[in-house]
Amino acid sequence: MSVLAVTADLAAEHGLTPDEYGKIVDLLGRAPTFEELGVFAVMWSEHCSYKSSRAWLRQLPTGGTRVIEGPGENAGVVDIGDGLAAVFKIESHNHPSFIEPFQGAATGVGGILRDVFTMGARPIASLDALRFGRLEHPRTAYLVKGVVAGIGHYGNCVGVPTVGGDLYFDGGYDHNILVNAFTCGVAPRDRLFRARAAGPGNPVVYVGARTGRDGIHGASLLASAAFDAGAAGKRPAVQVGDPFTEKLLLEACLELMATEHLVAIQDMGAAGLTSSALEMAGRGEAGMLLELDRVPLREPGMTPYEILLSESQERMLLVVRQGSEAAVEAIFRRWDLEASVIGRVTDDGTFRARWRGREVCGLPVAALTQSAPVYRRPAEEPARLEQLQHFDPAEVREPADLTDALLRLLESPNLCSREWAYRQYDQLVGGNTVVRPGGDAAVVRLDGTRRALALTVDCNSRYCQLDPYLGAVLAVVEAARNLVAVGARPLAVSDCLNYGNPERPDVMWEFQQGIAGIRDACVALGTPVVSGNVSFYNETEGHGIPPTPMIAMVGLLDDVEAHLTPWWKAEGDVIVLLGRTREELGASEYLAIVHGLVRGAPPWIDLETEKRLQRLCLAAAAEHLLRSAHDVAEGGLAVALAECSFGGAGLGARIAVESGMRADALLFGESQSRMLVSLRRRHLGRLRDLARREDVQFTVLGEVRGSSLAIGEMVDLPIEQTRARWRRALAERLAR
Amino acid sequence: MRWGVVTFPGSNDDRDALRVVARVLGDDGVALWHKDRDLGGVECVILPGGFSYGDYLRCGAMAKFSPIMAAVVEHARAGGLVLGICNGFQILCEAGLLPGALVRNRSLSFVCDVVTIRVETTATPFTHGCRPGDLLSMPIKHGEGCYVADEATLAELEARDQVVFRYVDQAGRVVPEANPNGSLGNVAGVCNAGRNVLGLMPHPEHAAERLVGGEDGLKLFHSARAWLRREPQGDRTEAPVPEP
Repeated sequence: MSVLAVTADLAAEHGLTPDEYGKIVDLLGRAPTFEELGVFAVMWSEHCSYKSSRAWLRQLPTGGTRVIEGPGENAGVVDIGDGLAAVFKIESHNHPSFIEPFQGAATGVGGILRDVFTMGARPIASLDALRFGRLEHPRTAYLVKGVVAGIGHYGNCVGVPTVGGDLYFDGGYDHNILVNAFTCGVAPRDRLFRARAAGPGNPVVYVGARTGRDGIHGASLLASAAFDAGAAGKRPAVQVGDPFTEKLLLEACLELMATEHLVAIQDMGAAGLTSSALEMAGRGEAGMLLELDRVPLREPGMTPYEILLSESQERMLLVVRQGSEAAVEAIFRRWDLEASVIGRVTDDGTFRARWRGREVCGLPVAALTQSAPVYRRPAEEPARLEQLQHFDPAEVREPADLTDALLRLLESPNLCSREWAYRQYDQLVGGNTVVRPGGDAAVVRLDGTRRALALTVDCNSRYCQLDPYLGAVLAVVEAARNLVAVGARPLAVSDCLNYGNPERPDVMWEFQQGIAGIRDACVALGTPVVSGNVSFYNETEGHGIPPTPMIAMVGLLDDVEAHLTPWWKAEGDVIVLLGRTREELGASEYLAIVHGLVRGAPPWIDLETEKRLQRLCLAAAAEHLLRSAHDVAEGGLAVALAECSFGGAGLGARIAVESGMRADALLFGESQSRMLVSLRRRHLGRLRDLARREDVQFTVLGEVRGSSLAIGEMVDLPIEQTRARWRRALAERLAR
Repeated sequence: MRWGVVTFPGSNDDRDALRVVARVLGDDGVALWHKDRDLGGVECVILPGGFSYGDYLRCGAMAKFSPIMAAVVEHARAGGLVLGICNGFQILCEAGLLPGALVRNRSLSFVCDVVTIRVETTATPFTHGCRPGDLLSMPIKHGEGCYVADEATLAELEARDQVVFRYVDQAGRVVPEANPNGSLGNVAGVCNAGRNVLGLMPHPEHAAERLVGGEDGLKLFHSARAWLRREPQGDRTEAPVPEP
C-alpha cells in the first residue's frame, strides 16, 4: 500500500502554516503520517481550536451560583430549580449554508441538537438567528428560502419546536450569510452526562448513521478560511442531514442515559470521529485506541484518512462500562440503530488508530488538545470608523408626512413581520410553547411545573458596525430586556461571535471590542456566558461581514401564568412608557430606510439605568400590574406602538406626547432602556410608585382605544390594513 | 377510560397526546410501540403526529406495515375508536381505514398556524358532544395536509355525512382564504363509513390547555369518553355508531 509522503507543502494544503507544521514535527519528534497530518489539520483549525480567539475569550464572565457547566463542554448548563437544569448552546453554520443553504442550515440544526442531548437533556426549543444580504441581491431570495426550508425540514422532523430567532437583511452579508442555530434542553440536574472518557479497558461504542465520504473537511476547514470565487466548488464538503435518524438517535440516547451503562458521550460534529475521540480522551486525561476496520461504513473502499475525518451526520461516540455492550446494543437495536464497539479507553495518554493491522495514528492526546497554537493577532482600529460615527441630525430633514414614514418602516425588510419564516417551523410540538414567535421572547413551560423558560437571540449589526464595543453591549442588554418584557429573569448567555478574517487587524480589533462589550454588559447584568462559538473568516473575495456577536439568552419565569406579551389586551387600558427618550437618531433603522444613511453613533446606554428599568419591570410583572409589555427597539416608539396593536384583537391606541425634540427622533429614535407597557387604570398609581423607587422616568402616553393608531397630530394609521401590509411585506419581497 | 397512543419511529406528538389523556383528562394513557402486536385493551387508539419512518416515501406509507397496524385495523373493524391526528390521519388513509389521501400543501411549504374548523357532523363518537356548525380553534403544522379524493369518493363522503371538519374563516364560512393547504372542499377531517375512525390534520392535543393553544381540542376527547360511557351530551342524540 502506498503511503503519501508528508511534507510542509502537503501541510500547507491542509491549512497549516510552516510554523504550525514545524511545531507538529517538534511535538512528535518525527514527521506525522498522512492520517496524523489530517488529524492535526482539523484539530488545529480555527473552527476546532479557537486559536485566534482563545486568549480573548478568557475575559468573559463564565461563573455564577447557577452555573453547573460553563464553556468547554458540549453545551452550557444552568440550574433552574425543581431539580432541573437548562442545557443550551448556539452555534454557527455560516459557511456551509452559503454554499448549500438547505442542507447547510438543516445540518446546523442537527449539530446543535446533538450538542444538547449529548449532555442528557431533552431538547425543548430551538431558535435561529439569520443574516442575509440585501433583498435586491440576486442570490438573497434563494438563500433565504433554502435556509428557512432547511431549518424547518430538520427541526420539524426531529420534533423540537422552533420558537423564535431573528432575521435581518444588510448589504454587509451579500457574500457571507449567517446561520446561527440555538437549542435549549432540560435535564434532571443530577443526570447530566459529560464527554470525559474514563476507565481504561472500557469499550468505545459507535452509534447512529454509518460513515460516508460526505463532509470531509466540511465544518472544520470550510469555516477556517475565507471564501474565494470557487466557493461553489466546495459544495461536496457540505454534509447531508437525516433528521429521522437524528430523532431515533435522540430517543435511544435518552433511553440509554436513564440506565447506568454510560460513562461518557460525545457527538461527532466538526472533524468527526477524530475530534470526538480526542475530546473525550483529552477531557478525561485518558488515551484511546480505535480499530477503524470496525467503523460502520456507508461505502466500500474508504481510506483510514476518510474514516477519521468524515463529517457524516447523526453519529455519536460513547464510552460504556465493560460488560454493558450487549445491553447498550439492545437499546439501539430497539430504535433500529446500529451500535458497534470500535475501540477502548487506554491509560497511556495516546490516541491510536489502527487499520488493517497498521497503526495509522499514534498521537499524544495532550499535544493535540492542549498544545494547539494560541495567536494574539495584531489589532488596529479602522480609520473609517470615526467618519462613520460622525452624524449631525441637521443633515437630514424631518419627513413632512410622518404617517408615511412609519408605514415605510413597518414594511421595510428588517421591521416587517417574520411570519413568512416562522410559519414554516413547527412551533408547538412538545406541547409547552406558551409564547410563540412574534413576541419579545419565546416562553416555553417546564413540563410538569409552574415555571417556564424564556428564550431570545439578539444582535443589531448596524450598531456593531458603527461601534463594535457599544454594539456588543447593546446586544446583551436588548436580549436581557426582551426576556424581562415577557416577565422572565435573565439567567445566562450563549454567544455566537461572527466576524470576518482575524488575520486582518481591523477585524481583530472589532472582535476584541465585541468581547469587551459582552464582558462589561454580562458582568453588569449578572448573566454569565456559559457556552458559545466563534465564527471567523466570514469573508468572500475581501468582503467581510459587519461584526455580529449574536447573543442568545435564557431567562426563568417562576410563574408561567404571569408571563406577558406585547399586545394590547383591552380598551381603556393606560399606555405608559417606562424610561427616557433622548434625541438620538444615529445608527437607526429610520435613518437607513427613510434617509438611506448608515451613520452616527449607536444609542447611549448606561448599564445602571438599564438594570433599574429591568428591576422595575420584573417587580411590576410579579405584582401582576401589567397587561402587556414590549421593548422599544429598532424603529423606535412609533414602531413599538404599532407592533403592540398588531395582536389578535386589532386594538388601536390614542397617544398624546409632548416633547421639545424633533418629531422623527421622538417617534423613530432608538433610545435604550425603555419599555412600553399597558395596564388597568387602577394600577397606575402603584406602577408610578415603583418607577419612582427605581428612579425610572414614567410617562403616560395615552390609552388603548379604537381600531387605529393615532399619535398626536403626527400619525394616524388604521390597524387592520396596516397589519395586513406589515404581515405580507416579506413574502412579497421574496416573491419579486 | 383507557387510551392508547402509538409511537412509530419518527412520531413526535406521541408524548403530547399521552400528556393530554393522562394529565389533562386524568385517564389511563397507554404507550403503544409500533412493534407491539396487541393494543393492551385500550378503548381508543390515537395515531399521533410526526414523521413516521421519516416520511421519506409517501407520508404514512411505511407505518401501515408496522406490526401494531394489524391490531389497529382489527380494532377498527370491530368498531373500536381510532383517532388519527396529522401523520396519524395520513397513516389511516394509507392503511385504507379512511378514504382519500393527503398530498403536498398547495403552497409547497410546511405551514404552522392556528385555524378555525367547523364541525360538519355530530354523528361521530368524537363530535357528538359538539353542536353542528360549532367553530373550533386548533393549530395545524404539516407539509402534506392537502386532502384529495376522486370525485366519486368525495360525493360519497358528502352524501354519507363523513366530512367531519372543514376549514372556515372566523365567521364560519367555507372560503378559499381559510384553506391552509388546498384541501378539496376545505376538508380538514373525515370519518369512515362506520364512523368510529376519525382522521384530521388539525391537532386537538395541542388545543387542550388554556395556557398552550386553548381548549377547543378537548371537546373531541371529552366527546369520545362520554360516548364510550354512553353519557347523554346536552341536546345531542346518540351517534349512530355500530355496536362492536
